[in-house]
Amino acid sequence: MGTAPELLQRRLLFFTGKGGVGKSTVAAAMALLAARHGKRVLVVEVDAKGNLATLFEHAPAGFKPVEMQPGVHVMTMHTEESLQEYLRLNLKVPVLGRIGPLARMLDFVASAAPGVKEILTVGKVCWEVKEAIEGRAPWDLVVVDAAATGHVLAQLDAPAAIQELVSVGPVRAQTEWMAQILSDPALTALNVVATPEEMPVSETIELIAHARAEVNVPLGAVIVNRVLPELFTHADELTFEALREPEVESQLVRAVGPGTTAVLDAARLAVSLRRTRATHLERLRAEVDLPMLYLPYLFTRSHGLRVTRMMADALDEELGQ
Amino acid sequence: MSPRAGADQTLESLFATKEIVVFCGSGGVGKTSVAASAALEAANRLGGKVLVLTIDPAKRLASALGLEGIGNLEKRVPTEAFKAAGLEPRGELWAAMLDTKQSWDDLVLRHAPDELTAYKILDNRLYHNITARFVQSHDYIAMERLFEIHSSGTYDLIVVDTPPTRNALDFLEAPKRMSEFFGGRLLRWLTLPYRVGGKRSTRMLNVASRPFYQMADRILGGKFLQDIAEFFLNFESMYSGFTQRAQAVEQLMHDRRTTFAVVTTLEDAPLREAEFFCEELRRRSFHLGALVLNKTLPTYLLDEDGARAAAQLCSDSDRLAAMLDPSGHGGLDDPARTSRVLRTVGDSFHNFAVVAKREAELRAELGRVPDVVVNVPSFDVDIYDVSGLVRIGTALFSDQ
Repeated sequence: MGTAPELLQRRLLFFTGKGGVGKSTVAAAMALLAARHGKRVLVVEVDAKGNLATLFEHAPAGFKPVEMQPGVHVMTMHTEESLQEYLRLNLKVPVLGRIGPLARMLDFVASAAPGVKEILTVGKVCWEVKEAIEGRAPWDLVVVDAAATGHVLAQLDAPAAIQELVSVGPVRAQTEWMAQILSDPALTALNVVATPEEMPVSETIELIAHARAEVNVPLGAVIVNRVLPELFTHADELTFEALREPEVESQLVRAVGPGTTAVLDAARLAVSLRRTRATHLERLRAEVDLPMLYLPYLFTRSHGLRVTRMMADALDEELGQ
Repeated sequence: MSPRAGADQTLESLFATKEIVVFCGSGGVGKTSVAASAALEAANRLGGKVLVLTIDPAKRLASALGLEGIGNLEKRVPTEAFKAAGLEPRGELWAAMLDTKQSWDDLVLRHAPDELTAYKILDNRLYHNITARFVQSHDYIAMERLFEIHSSGTYDLIVVDTPPTRNALDFLEAPKRMSEFFGGRLLRWLTLPYRVGGKRSTRMLNVASRPFYQMADRILGGKFLQDIAEFFLNFESMYSGFTQRAQAVEQLMHDRRTTFAVVTTLEDAPLREAEFFCEELRRRSFHLGALVLNKTLPTYLLDEDGARAAAQLCSDSDRLAAMLDPSGHGGLDDPARTSRVLRTVGDSFHNFAVVAKREAELRAELGRVPDVVVNVPSFDVDIYDVSGLVRIGTALFSDQ
């Protein structure tokens, strides 16, 4: 088991999580933070939703990496282009576009065959890491805004799955170095983003158990996103309860004005929201033995790059670098 | 919320006039709870037999609905659960979960020409893989199951929770893609080398597909392709059944008795997706019945008096703390602590007000929306029992 602070020393970081937990934001923040530490980062967006472009305030990127922030390049995964590149580079098959129907047929087979679509995704990612290690690509770190919990293991397992299906030939040889990169704890970490809510916590626990049992990829950290602040200590809470006693509250209302009750109600809401989430957080802590990083709920009116920067600050603090 | 011009419809009237309500939206917006609550409230107020078809409910919600264990069976939510929540519903609430694997197997057994072919398909090692990832089979199977249940005529109303998809549109297209896939020339072409004169044969390459097979062999190995072709040849026997069925499912989705409800939170990304989804539903002539804004913060956070009071609690905390009579309240005996708590309370209001304002802005910026737009407030506790669902349900049906 690694510790969280050395996450940035690795070369390949995957970020997964249930839909809606802020996985793209965390991946973007991690990339921004790494760039601040002088690293050249490639961010790979696997589900082409264009979230990363918004998070970096930039026009969307395609398969070819685009520098969206100083030191941070972003590319969007595209399995067909990945296949073309693979054929060109590894099998010396020239210009597939010329024989259009063939590309379509290959895409068809790729959709049907177990692991082919996945290998084109994870293969491209590993390829960039390999090129970087061997000095042919500039990346110090590759960050993957990966598929959601339901799908990510199939992607990470693809090289192994292919090895089972294909016993000889160039594809098998290719999958071997991919599996090596993916399984090396000095290079790679799979990180899970969660929010302190019931379903994201359950999915995180399940994913980690499955990942340990089924996939040879080192686990990194669990990043708990949108943690609400603890308003009160226990003593403070007694004070707050006293403020809500009818005669005390009406004394306050007389002194401060009619909005006082709304303000006190809002504090009560904040306390109970935090408390409900705390039980899920406890379950997560009890059942997962990975380093945990906590990112605060951001009370901000903006989104986009400003939020990405704030998240990078929070990550920086958590990593203690 | 103030009534919208020209909108005399409510979620209740929508539910009263439709037979199928499909809830959709991006991941994490609370679709499953909203669908279950709406079904419950419909059974409660409108009566009749109401089914909620859910995909992947949280454990506690599943057990609240009596959905322990897996399987495709529809189960009635026990009346005791309602009684415990103080309800005497007019109708019956039923619940079912979607078991994708089981549904696919059923489908194959139904459409295969004979048992032998069916089992050949079910035993094929590519079968699971292909059904799991081809043509968004999860989405398709949800629609297929819905069709099956609807045509059984057992329920007055079916409420559907859609699977989490990478793209919310996937499941709308699933039936069409399914029939295109099975009717498609691409599939025919792939299996061509294995068919000669209507019979299966060892591979005979024709001119058209030779280069493809040569390349595919080089990449994947010949045996592998043969497996795939074998599988599709068996699958082919079900083409007409599948295609007809997919068309029927598509038709049902467009039927006037079917409506869609889009669920979203008032956050940037889910809302953008929800708006896009509303547009697409309209463009494809599906009936867009309602937009549900889920987990919204209470409107008192927008209160100007509140903002003023919060500011004063922060700036004037020492004086206020000293003013409050500590007698009889142990919590107020330390003015320094009372002052700190007052400041914290004020700050917290400002914090949440920022988020509430952002929500209000996003709400105001919403473009074209359906006639029915409802708010469901953010509850301070998790919803995991029938009385929790009743809280959401009441908000859904009364917010107009």
